[in-house]
Amino acid sequence: MDIQTIRKDFPILDQQVNGHQLVYLDNAATSQKPTSVIQTMVDYYERYNSNVHRGVHTLGTLATDRYEEAREKIRRFIHAKSDKEIIYTTGTTQSLNLIAYGYGLARLGEGDEIVISPMEHHANLIPWQQVAQKTGAVLRYFPMEEDGTLALEKVRETISNKTKIVSVTEVSNVLGTVNPVKDIAKIAHECGAIMIVDGAQSTPHMPVDVQALDADFFAFSGHKMLGPTGIGILYGKQELLEAMEPIETGGEMIDEVGFQSATWAELPWKLEAGTPHIAGAIGLGAAIDYLQQIGMDQIQSYEESLTDKAYELLSQIDGVTLYGPGKRSGLVSFNINGVHPHDVSTALDSEGIAVRAGHHCAQPLMSCLKCESTVRASFYFYNSEDEIEALAKGIKETKEFFGHVV
Amino acid sequence: MLFNNLDQLYRSVIMDHYKKPRNRGELNGNHCVTVKMNNPSCGDKIQVSLEIENHKVKNVKYLGSGCAISQSSASMMTEAIKGLDVDQIHQLTFDFSEMVQGRAHNDDLDLGDAEALHGVSQYPARIKCATLAWKAVEKALRTADQDLNHE
Repeated sequence: MDIQTIRKDFPILDQQVNGHQLVYLDNAATSQKPTSVIQTMVDYYERYNSNVHRGVHTLGTLATDRYEEAREKIRRFIHAKSDKEIIYTTGTTQSLNLIAYGYGLARLGEGDEIVISPMEHHANLIPWQQVAQKTGAVLRYFPMEEDGTLALEKVRETISNKTKIVSVTEVSNVLGTVNPVKDIAKIAHECGAIMIVDGAQSTPHMPVDVQALDADFFAFSGHKMLGPTGIGILYGKQELLEAMEPIETGGEMIDEVGFQSATWAELPWKLEAGTPHIAGAIGLGAAIDYLQQIGMDQIQSYEESLTDKAYELLSQIDGVTLYGPGKRSGLVSFNINGVHPHDVSTALDSEGIAVRAGHHCAQPLMSCLKCESTVRASFYFYNSEDEIEALAKGIKETKEFFGHVV
Repeated sequence: MLFNNLDQLYRSVIMDHYKKPRNRGELNGNHCVTVKMNNPSCGDKIQVSLEIENHKVKNVKYLGSGCAISQSSASMMTEAIKGLDVDQIHQLTFDFSEMVQGRAHNDDLDLGDAEALHGVSQYPARIKCATLAWKAVEKALRTADQDLNHE
């Protein structure tokens, strides 16, 4: 992988922020977009902007073709069996809410159990709290090891025949932990539960095969994988999606409408009411083209080397606490002792380094880590080793700055 | 030089309040009111207690956790408002909010050390850290208005 050539495809990276070369290390929040994705969306708006699945005119046909081609690209990218299993949503949050309300609500009752992990993003936590409150189901958590991993034997002890739904993130957005979702799915299925995987932090960084995982549902967002915001995917096994009632109804999702009732279109359209984010879907297709041109295996192994380097450099700095396991996906969460994460983030920003500070939409996890917030540097394949060194240098300088300013 | 301009934000008086907070604690009693406020986006937490008698804040204490800006601001706020009349405090919280947003403000009233936070206006992402404690005071005054006056 030639990083310098790759970086030229991302116009935003070539700029000064606060008088310094931008070092963008907030990729777990959102990724940057290559010219090919931006241009694909501009082309749609400039040349064939039309609604999909409606008119028979030329532009409408072109828009529909590109929109459905993107769905097919996404299907191949995550190795789903059929296009019918790929539902466009606004992002992971909507995908998970669709499962919770469209699948969970009607099927859960008093005493049933939903099991999630303590490292879930609020998007894979609050919908289950809500559904549990509405149905009388019990929300349970897998115990987490001290290094921020899940132990399979404890997973096995937590799941029982009362468990109806297991929902786990493949990669933690705070710790970078890569969870054994395939093994968890097997245990869930043995007990008759369905397995939901939050793929928001994994899909951009590693090969995904929903059939090999045997996930019943899988959710991810476009904007964390070079695509635009406002587009995401809900994958579901066809028989499960067929059984779901739409929670949104209206245009584009119907078969036949009478004065008093209506019937639904086939999958996937049954679950896609209203005019979708057409440019977003086509842009996500272009993002997948870009990722595949580089190769997800290459991306994964390059990010692994970046992350190892970051972990090594940061763990050498006295007074820096790192969170999460040694083996992890492309991010590091840390604190500088005695300096609040927001102050660290402001200091790094003044050197052009963009990182995230806060609870990362994972407040229960923060209480497990016994801290209120962390600083998180998260990487993508366009980050360079020099940028990792700039981060380590910035952290050392921040430590000195706050050590001396009294 | 490292961190050009950063010391304009983290002035030494600010770091002094952060590391040696004034008026930390809680007030309980007949004329006391305590409120809590969070910054949900970043997790800063503030609890402010006021002791109000004859339309005056006789005493004030705070507890909290968060960044240097939010916590020093709380400490400075307690010094600025102690002993003031409720109407003066409303004016002061308004002036402070205008100042950290970089807008012209009335300087008839003395913000004390909190004046040092004017540099926050150059850091838009941090304005809400600076204003948290002052919003908590407003909330405490509203609560006091409802609770203490209608006993």
